[in-house]
Amino acid sequence: MLTSRHNVKQLVILSGKGGTGKTSISASLMHLSASSKHRAVFVDADVDAANLALVCQAQPISTHSYWGSHIAEIDAQKCNRSGICYEVCRYDAILLPHSSKDTYHINPLLCDGCAACVYQCPESAIRMIKQKDGDWFHSKTPYGNLFHAELFPAAENTGKLVTTVKQNAKLFAEDQKIPLMIIDGPPGIGCPAISASAGADLALLVAEPGVSGIHDLKRVMHTLGHFNVPVIICINKADLDAITAGEIHALAKSNNDQMVVEIPFDESIPKAMVLGLPITEFDPARITSQRIREIWAQIQDFLFGERNGSEKI
Amino acid sequence: MIKIAVASGKGGTGKTMVATSLATALAPTFEINFIDCDVEAPNGHLFLNPQITQTQPAVTLIPEINQDECIACGKCVNVCMFNALAMLQDEVLVFPQLCHGCGSCKLVCPVNAITEKPNPIGVISQGLVNSKINFFMGELTISEPMPTPIIRQTKKLASDRTGITILDSPPGASCSVVATIHDADYVILVTEPTPFGLHDLKQMIGVLSETGSPAGVIINRDGIGDNSVETFLENQPYPILMKIPYQSEIAHGLAAGKVLVDFMPEYQQNFSDLFTQIMDNLDIKGDETC
Repeated sequence: MLTSRHNVKQLVILSGKGGTGKTSISASLMHLSASSKHRAVFVDADVDAANLALVCQAQPISTHSYWGSHIAEIDAQKCNRSGICYEVCRYDAILLPHSSKDTYHINPLLCDGCAACVYQCPESAIRMIKQKDGDWFHSKTPYGNLFHAELFPAAENTGKLVTTVKQNAKLFAEDQKIPLMIIDGPPGIGCPAISASAGADLALLVAEPGVSGIHDLKRVMHTLGHFNVPVIICINKADLDAITAGEIHALAKSNNDQMVVEIPFDESIPKAMVLGLPITEFDPARITSQRIREIWAQIQDFLFGERNGSEKI
Repeated sequence: MIKIAVASGKGGTGKTMVATSLATALAPTFEINFIDCDVEAPNGHLFLNPQITQTQPAVTLIPEINQDECIACGKCVNVCMFNALAMLQDEVLVFPQLCHGCGSCKLVCPVNAITEKPNPIGVISQGLVNSKINFFMGELTISEPMPTPIIRQTKKLASDRTGITILDSPPGASCSVVATIHDADYVILVTEPTPFGLHDLKQMIGVLSETGSPAGVIINRDGIGDNSVETFLENQPYPILMKIPYQSEIAHGLAAGKVLVDFMPEYQQNFSDLFTQIMDNLDIKGDETC
């Protein structure tokens, strides 16, 4: 029997600059979605600094190995020191022999996995070894299911791991008929950020005032513009610098006259983090929690064209 | 040349604050090269205000197929580890954003139908700060996915300089961080005393166990969060080099684009001492470097 695929909306949370509060706000959105009519599946797409599981009481229910990259290995028995590998490698990953009896070696940290040396070695002394680059997890939280990962330190292929985690979250959401995926993104605008926002219906940009915050916000806005992802903006730590906060408002105004939600600098955010709780659960009455509820209402409004009646703001 | 990298794991802990302050504090005494390797979100220039004297594209070399020569044997498609080439009927297609520029396809083509052309993916800028600090910055072009070739090329451009090189690293603990710090003589890890700061500091210590560089830790925004970072470091070979308390005055100054040691001159001495501490650790006398 044919079944129509369930449509899962995707919200991605990005910032450009690191440390603006993406994960603290993501955890709060997890908490708020759990008690609203738009349940969600959650993804931590910041796989080399994955922190969302620390603030949502995640309990892994399954762990999966992630095999991503390849690294070249030289068989010392077969190597006749032609040096061709050294000549063709563009990543400075081939180490010269230490002595007249030594062979060439690979520096695994610098090997890009391109295999150019494998195909050029006249003795076929080099082969590619597939690498386990990390693990990904399916976890239960009090707010719903979380898909997250731990990339091994210094590993490659972050974008591919982000895609793997997102695919598994999406299949789960489709299967369980959950209407929304909330994706806590990485900083920056390169491959993992692009993978995190692929297929997104909406991006929440967590900006912070200051020269760095606005510079990096513009870069992530241009990136999302390039991929035609609509954005809404919140300014975290908004009272830090009035001038650049004003610039962010002006930027939002020029971008479809958007409304911007401001969250003040709030020392209770690290306190909630220490307790492993979303701020909206730790202290629902705080202004920070109220503002995040406003953001959640905006998100639902945008994605589902309605506001949850129980969440009056 | 002595290379000191400033890294963190977690974003927004204060890497650029530390890197720009160290560069500014040492500039009167040493020849300083500042390299902004956070090519996805480079911010060093916003604080140092360099006079940019030269820019050049950062490139990957991508294959160009001469369809008249191509015999559609498919060897290039088979050797590409990144799926950057595909055969469509009898024609080889190139996907520039997937290409790592390794040159393997060109090397295996039996009829020399492949040439390489530079594909710009970013910009490298060079300049001077107050005619004192040599400034280098890589910047990834919007929508391009690959930061590491830009980091490599920016570092290469500065590789013949003497003195002290300060590398401002991107956040995270994956390939772009490795490209920045793998050849550093010393790594300063900037963290904050929170569960997130601790988790990502551990990731960076994992990276250091691969690269083998000596390192020390700066705890920024000391006073927020908890003591878990300090407790963890008690059993680690990484000394706490400095603690910078959370102060709204610092946050405001940085938001306005000022260098910490400029708007709070008392930190000038702290950063000079930090450098001495690093040199002692490396067992190199500072004056041998200039």
